Amino acid sequence: MQFMLLFSRQGKLRLQKWYVPLSDKEKKKITRELVQTVLARKPKMCSFLEWRDLKIVYKRYASLYFCCAIEDQDNELITLEIIHRYVELLDKYFGSVCELDIIFNFEKAYFILDEFLLGGEAQETSKKNVLKAIEQADLLQESEDEYLSVKIFK
Amino acid sequence: MPAVSKGDGMRGLAVFISDIRNCKSKEAEIKRINKELANIRSKFKGDKALDGYSKKKYVCKLLFIFLLGHDIDFGHMEAVNLLSSNKYTEKQIGYLFISVLVNSNSELIRLINNAIKNDLSSRNPTFMCLALHCIANVGSREMAEAFASEIPRILVAGDTMDSVKQSAALCLLRLYKTSPDLVLMGEWTSRVVHLLNDQHMGVVTAAISLITCLSQKNPDEFKTCVSLAVSRLSRIVSSASTDLQDYTYYFVPAPWLSCKLLRLLQCYPPPEDGAVKGRLVECLETILNKAQEPPKSKKVQHSNAKNAILFEAISLIIHYDSEPNLLVRACNQLGQFLQHRETNLRYLALESMCTLASSEFSHEAVKTHIETVINALKTERDVSVRQRAADLLYAMCDRSNAKQIVAEMLSYLETADYSIREEMVLKVAILAEKYAVDYSWYVDTILNLIRIAGDYVSEEVWYRVIQIVINRDDVQGYAAKTVFEALQAPACHENMVKVGGYILGEFGNLIAGDPRSSPLVQFNLLHSKFHLCSVPTRALLLSAYIKFINLFPETKSTIQEVLRSDSQIRNSDVELQQRAVEYLKLSSIASTDVLATVLEEMPPFPERESSILAKLKKKKGPGAVSVSELEEGKREGGELNGGSDRGADTAAMAASNASTPSPQADLLGLRSTAPVGSAAPSAGSLLVDVFSEAGPATPSAAVNDDGFLRFVCKNNGVLFENQLLQIGIKSEYRQNLGRMYLFYGNKTSVQFASFTTTVSCPGDLQSHILYMQEHFVEPLVEGGAQVQQVLNIECLTDFCDAPLLNIKFRYGGALQNLTLKLPVTINKFFQPTEMASHDFFQRWKQLSQPQQEAQKIFKANHSMDTEVLKAKLLGLGTALLDNVDPNPENYVCAGVIQTKNQQVGCLLRLEPNAQAQVLSHTHTHTHTHTHTNLYSCL
Repeated sequence: MQFMLLFSRQGKLRLQKWYVPLSDKEKKKITRELVQTVLARKPKMCSFLEWRDLKIVYKRYASLYFCCAIEDQDNELITLEIIHRYVELLDKYFGSVCELDIIFNFEKAYFILDEFLLGGEAQETSKKNVLKAIEQADLLQESEDEYLSVKIFK
Repeated sequence: MPAVSKGDGMRGLAVFISDIRNCKSKEAEIKRINKELANIRSKFKGDKALDGYSKKKYVCKLLFIFLLGHDIDFGHMEAVNLLSSNKYTEKQIGYLFISVLVNSNSELIRLINNAIKNDLSSRNPTFMCLALHCIANVGSREMAEAFASEIPRILVAGDTMDSVKQSAALCLLRLYKTSPDLVLMGEWTSRVVHLLNDQHMGVVTAAISLITCLSQKNPDEFKTCVSLAVSRLSRIVSSASTDLQDYTYYFVPAPWLSCKLLRLLQCYPPPEDGAVKGRLVECLETILNKAQEPPKSKKVQHSNAKNAILFEAISLIIHYDSEPNLLVRACNQLGQFLQHRETNLRYLALESMCTLASSEFSHEAVKTHIETVINALKTERDVSVRQRAADLLYAMCDRSNAKQIVAEMLSYLETADYSIREEMVLKVAILAEKYAVDYSWYVDTILNLIRIAGDYVSEEVWYRVIQIVINRDDVQGYAAKTVFEALQAPACHENMVKVGGYILGEFGNLIAGDPRSSPLVQFNLLHSKFHLCSVPTRALLLSAYIKFINLFPETKSTIQEVLRSDSQIRNSDVELQQRAVEYLKLSSIASTDVLATVLEEMPPFPERESSILAKLKKKKGPGAVSVSELEEGKREGGELNGGSDRGADTAAMAASNASTPSPQADLLGLRSTAPVGSAAPSAGSLLVDVFSEAGPATPSAAVNDDGFLRFVCKNNGVLFENQLLQIGIKSEYRQNLGRMYLFYGNKTSVQFASFTTTVSCPGDLQSHILYMQEHFVEPLVEGGAQVQQVLNIECLTDFCDAPLLNIKFRYGGALQNLTLKLPVTINKFFQPTEMASHDFFQRWKQLSQPQQEAQKIFKANHSMDTEVLKAKLLGLGTALLDNVDPNPENYVCAGVIQTKNQQVGCLLRLEPNAQAQVLSHTHTHTHTHTHTNLYSCL
């Protein structure tokens, strides 16, 4: 996978993950172009399209579009399920996820993605294992928070 | 403000995000952001040391602002500080910031690498994973340099935790993709292969991506993975849906891993070991069988996962192309999908069938679906699906169904989406030519194309119909008649006028017997379109008119009248005016005999690859048109034009092509011959001679550096030669573009098998500096044969290293492998600049700041013969300026290096002295390292 973009129905970018080196300018250009292309498509259309020399796989969940760019020999359907598994992970973690969760906890969305996909390839497809890794981190955070709050009330 | 469910550590961040969301306008948002930036800046600059928590919060805010699309130019240092925090969440935010906002500041990179190094050696698996994620996310060359040798150790160490292994595998993959030269194969590779046997499915899932990528480049080193992959796949395929616990996805066991395994197997030919092969075939059959079983769930995730595996299995079956039974089954399965209610499946079935159509075993089976595909072309509501249907029709076309398919595609063109018309036109044109049994059908088809989609008919298409009509005398009369009729339409496309003008000018006599198309009627018809046409078409029409004067003396006075009119002879366009004047003069002073000789019918065009096919290839990118298709195209093309043999093409290539019959012949064909030989600047060919005398007489066997250096100042010659193989080069450069023809000659009488060549760019050459496009080479090179390959080169910015050409082949069973430096050096993109003495010195002075200037003293290796030296300097690509330097002993040159991004002017002075030492002195615009790169050439 070359990159993954999450954007809203209004075209606002909510998450971007690039697995190939590109300049900021190029990234913005790609984003603009793709958001426009995908938003212009009708609901019943197929989830795949050719774009430049890449294949775009996208799916809409409520107000959010998840859009992946894969290479010629990559598998479209399994990419569609990568998107779905990521949505499931977010959903499980946030408890019925909505766009706002991703806006306010964008860093968490990135952390979850990093546990699931690394370098554009699936690293761990078991939902349990990914969430275990994230929750371990949260445990660490909570113990730190307790420590911090104690300090504040002193 | 909505409840923040998690990540409750940073209230300030949530408030800020809320504020931004409440902004009513873009301006308000920018104002709020600027306020926040000022606040953060002052906090970072303040005297009070910030605690880790605040630092984390501010860094996170900066990240948020950046992700909104604003530029962030500070905060990197604070983020780097967070990396060495021993609090997990601070470290985590630090790493996230660094991964998203990569900075090339070298001091920062040193600090980041240090922090990563500490975490990697911390033995704390969570910290190690964070560090590995960061390397994988950034994947820069600097990181590869620092960690490429460390990560394989972590990956295969016995005591590494599973989660760390997973991250390490994909981290290494990323580094290998960016800097393959830094990831050295070694003892670890065999242990990586054995990760396929790991009991942790996650480890296998991650490792297999790495193994797939590595085995594409080093197939022999990794070939043991085939049997391991087959047994792993077999275990998954035969497992019950609950066996794999959390790795089962909607009742499908390990779909991601299955797809990756099938993908890995596509890097290799079918297994040679009978048992392994049998097991694999069994797996593939099971997968095909499962597709027929009733679904275990109604959820689309279930069918997607199942079908993802099915499509990957079909790809493998197509890749092997050796099991007729499986191929036909695959085709039948896809046939069912063609009418599936899921658009996604219809799309993929059309796409996958395209490749099945090129296999001899399944071509016929694919053809049985023609009606369904035509129907898809007509009724699918999604243009991307229709596009696939058109592609498939193109792929399944052969002599038996060509007329039907071409007719359907033509009628689709009338309503086709604008985005795909041009490609459709090319495809129709190619099919019509390739499968024409009767050329009147071909001519009809092309004229129909122009009528229906004239705007999308590119030059290549109408050039091609003219080439064919000229080369085939049995169709000329029909073509003249048809085009004459087509021109009678009140509004006909300009391309029609072009074809009409050309064909009537050549063959109008063939229909002149009929009073309805008498010479004057023909002329008046053409001339009635004249005023509506663009300048190039008018120019073509004027040529048609003078041809008319030769064909039909009775039209002479009428046409002379036209040529003499002010609108022609005083036309403001120079080209038109010149033609009018010259044609008028020619027609009035030349005798009939002279006229007949000058205006003789065009000679047949030499055979070459169809320029339309080349254009389609270019449009789709290399690889889009399969090799076999191309080959077939060529063969058919040859047959079509009177069976000229294929070798002629290559022969014409090597010889200088002086007899190009008309400007039209110089089409955009990739194998277009003109610029290589005769048209190259004479300096180039002079240098070949100079150097074959001055350079070492016998090409050395294996020392390529020597061969490489000899090409600094010349473009053609022998790059490499040993007992088996000779590699010759011809190259041409224009501005920042270059094209290189490589000729591989098999010097033995034995066939070379598995002949492959790959061009790679060491280091960052590929991503930043040089773009190369590679054309295929056939895998078999017969004894004594020569094959050719074309590379296109583009210089983006200046560069130092040369690309590497790797050649592999089997000679008598032994694998030969050699790597050569391709002689692409920065000076190839020089444009010589002539300037007077005064100008030269003025510019020399202007460019005298320290970074613009460089000098070097070196010892001359060869004798300092004036003529040889001059030739070398010319060969460098610069203009050698005479009478500029007051000292006649010195050599002064000027040139501009053309790169895609900029032009760098260079001035050069060589001062030889008696001790055969040379002082060289350069002045350039802007770039300092240009000097270094140039000197490496000198």
